[in-house]
Amino acid sequence: MFNHKDLLDLEHLDKKEIELILETAKPFKSMFTRSIKKVPTLRGKTVVNLFYEPSTRTRTSFEIASKRLSADVVNVAVANSSVVKGESLIDTGKVLEAMKADFIIIRHSLAGAPAILARNLNARIINAGDGFHEHPTQGLLDMYTILEKKKRIAGLKVLLVGDILHSRVAKSNIWALKKMGADVRVVGPPTLIPPAIEDFGVKVFYDLDEALKDVDVINILRIQLERQQDNLFPSVHEYVALYQMNGDRLRLAKHDVLIMHPGPMNRGIEISSEVADSAAAVINEQVTNGIAVRMAVLYLLSGQKDKI
Amino acid sequence: MAEMHDAIKVVMTKEEISRTVKRLAAEIVEKHGNVKNLVIIGIQTRGVHLARRIINEMVAAQLTPSADDVAFGKLDITLYRDDISTISTTPLIRETEIPFDITDKKIILVDDVVFTGRSIRAAMDELMDFGRPRSIELAVLVDRGHRELPIEPNYVGKKFVTAREESISVELEEVDGQDRIVLKTISSGDAHV
Amino acid sequence: MKLLIKNGMVIDPGQKFESRADVLVVDGKIAEVKPGIAAAGAQVIEASGKMVVPGLIDIHTHLREPGHEEAETIASGTRAAAHGGITTILCMPNTHPPIDNAPAVEFILLKAQKEGIVNVFPIGCVTKGSMGEELAEIGVLKRTGVVAISDDGNPVMNSQVMRRALQYAKMFKLPVISHCEDRNLTKNGVMNAGYTSTSLGLRGIPRQGEEVMVSRDIMLAELTGGFLHIAHVSTAGSVDLIRQAKKKNIQVTAETCPHYFTLTDDVVKNYDTNTKMSPPLRGAADVAAIKEGLRDGTIDCICTDHAPHTEEGKNKEYDLAPFGIIGLETMLGLVVTELIETKVLSWSEAIAKMTILPATLFNLAGRGTFKIGYHADITIIDPKKEYAYTAADFKSKSKNSPFIGRVLRGFPEITIVGGTVVWPAPMKP
Repeated sequence: MFNHKDLLDLEHLDKKEIELILETAKPFKSMFTRSIKKVPTLRGKTVVNLFYEPSTRTRTSFEIASKRLSADVVNVAVANSSVVKGESLIDTGKVLEAMKADFIIIRHSLAGAPAILARNLNARIINAGDGFHEHPTQGLLDMYTILEKKKRIAGLKVLLVGDILHSRVAKSNIWALKKMGADVRVVGPPTLIPPAIEDFGVKVFYDLDEALKDVDVINILRIQLERQQDNLFPSVHEYVALYQMNGDRLRLAKHDVLIMHPGPMNRGIEISSEVADSAAAVINEQVTNGIAVRMAVLYLLSGQKDKI
Repeated sequence: MAEMHDAIKVVMTKEEISRTVKRLAAEIVEKHGNVKNLVIIGIQTRGVHLARRIINEMVAAQLTPSADDVAFGKLDITLYRDDISTISTTPLIRETEIPFDITDKKIILVDDVVFTGRSIRAAMDELMDFGRPRSIELAVLVDRGHRELPIEPNYVGKKFVTAREESISVELEEVDGQDRIVLKTISSGDAHV
Repeated sequence: MKLLIKNGMVIDPGQKFESRADVLVVDGKIAEVKPGIAAAGAQVIEASGKMVVPGLIDIHTHLREPGHEEAETIASGTRAAAHGGITTILCMPNTHPPIDNAPAVEFILLKAQKEGIVNVFPIGCVTKGSMGEELAEIGVLKRTGVVAISDDGNPVMNSQVMRRALQYAKMFKLPVISHCEDRNLTKNGVMNAGYTSTSLGLRGIPRQGEEVMVSRDIMLAELTGGFLHIAHVSTAGSVDLIRQAKKKNIQVTAETCPHYFTLTDDVVKNYDTNTKMSPPLRGAADVAAIKEGLRDGTIDCICTDHAPHTEEGKNKEYDLAPFGIIGLETMLGLVVTELIETKVLSWSEAIAKMTILPATLFNLAGRGTFKIGYHADITIIDPKKEYAYTAADFKSKSKNSPFIGRVLRGFPEITIVGGTVVWPAPMKP
């Protein structure tokens, strides 16, 4: 079964554990069509959403997931400026633990912040995205969505498009997809491809038209516009010309390709509205599945094992 | 040296189980007159198989023309257990499938064993989240006593008088490869010194 | 005052001496080295089975005083050195305020004399305030007692300033120690760029961030004829550049630190900030190249880059933690375990890189070898003793070491400075 205190990344989960999470998410998803979308499983437990970066989507998703399990949820938003100046991360974590938080869901701009909390606290830590490291629940909900739509992951060709260098979503996807047996490709300008990415077993492309041929899934990453200031690409105009997933490119892809996007979308930049609103897009299903997957993670971590 | 060994005793055979299921099916139909408005819901895992068998017996005894006439559901109570925060590894969640509205239906809840009553409490709470049934009745293959909640089955296959530390396990072909009920007495070797 | 160290294996690369012998110290000076010395009234140290070597010299230490006495002081840092078998340290000037003027140098010397237990030689700044813009008063610094100049911690980014520094310092025969880092290439980076940085999501520092600067400085050394010393070499590329420069007889010397021949960047994987230093830990090929550079003489010295940081400073997010690890107390053990026992270097070659070579490069008169009349700085090593340190074992005020718990051999059993045993001894903090 699931023998982890925390969910920090997908790198350290094996295939069986990923499958268990996806399998556990199914009954939760089937609850969503009932009139009472709630079970008493985590009654009396306290979940703290500790967010050092603004996020509506992920925070709300974790909040709904927790509430549907009957946990009490507290949202703590910490201004990014206090990462450097304010109370230390460990002290903040200890304060929350003193308040008897059972789960701390942390989003942080710096890689490794959830690992630091996990090392220092007994509360269960769930990584909701840390710097450029990982966003494990996003990776899991992407797997769930692919599995639901394509009935398998092994053998599929999956393409990740855009800023791989700064993308925690890409990293979690790569780990999970490789473990599940998919064939993974990334495409983006060389300036946005991280060092040694080939060693993760992915194929690197620079030309989107070439990369998207024969793929079963295209996962489009959000481009942070401020990257342009670091000379990672010359202009938004050029990025759009080279890497926007638009209608013309969609027509080059397989007829049954899935279009995914972790959100929030920059419509008209990395994805055109035509593609975002097309029948191929499963972007809203990703959001729904996110709640089920996060419920599964909360449920699986709620056992008392190895509570130190 | 303290050594644990279990004494196993078969308390019900395949034939006895089969006869008992038949009787339970008959009792249910007898009580309700017909199967209209009746919903049979098995509790995962063995309760689901027993529920199916009960429906099959109803058809075999021509108490109802076809199995399709009896509404059938599966219920997994894991998420409603009252001990979930104290057990070490959270159990696998199995399928809950109640593909119809249970409001105003007469529900027969089926489980293999009734013991403390806590599973039945969880099952009833879960059912209430699906709708407002007219009634809920309980059918079990075995009642082994030791109730911790005021819950009594309406249809009982067999009652056993057991000690608290004994265990009763119902084995069904669909899950365990054979039909039988065994009583296990767990004792430590020290007792024989 | 006589001290006689009897029956040890004396290894003195400066005299090309490697033999069982006794060492006689009279009034803090080396008096005689030969077998079977009889000295009436001398205090005797029995050293059979032990190595007796000239006191180790660490040319790259951060003592943090003045300014960050919570991390280290001259008193605590010199005790850590003694505990590590080190009798002489060269301390870097990036204190607060930095050592860029004569009174600051005098402060260090005075403090070291009053509170220190090993020899301390200050290094002065290359530029005022280590800002990389205007040359510090290098001549005055030299006269006050600095043995080298460096803006360590920071590179001298402006090539023209570096050129002038090498040119100007030449007349004092002062080595310019260069912290080679192109800040534009290393910007925001916290660890080596590669597989591990990608998997951890930490910003990478490419090897070229160091190598670009190594090549620039070699070219400037060639241009000026100045004395260039490359600090903490960490990459295969740097080793190669220095090797080529030496072949061309350019005046360049180099050092590396134990962590660069012991650890690779995969140890960062738990976001352990005790693996964060500048330059960062590199890959296995770099470790191999560093060892080769040590073996073939491309790298002249082994030093610590002892960089103490408090628990508060280090116990935080990897990006926010400062660069640097302590090293005074683990250098000898790591050299013995990782270089000598693995036959990368002989005892004599290894000891040379911590004694005679640094003494020669930095003109430390009367040190680094057992010449008659030289200062009696002596380290006695138990080559077989196996040990591992806990954080509490360190005499340094700071405990930021990635080598806590690591099993080492080659124990600095006795450290003698100017004829006086400073370790083991009642050590007042």
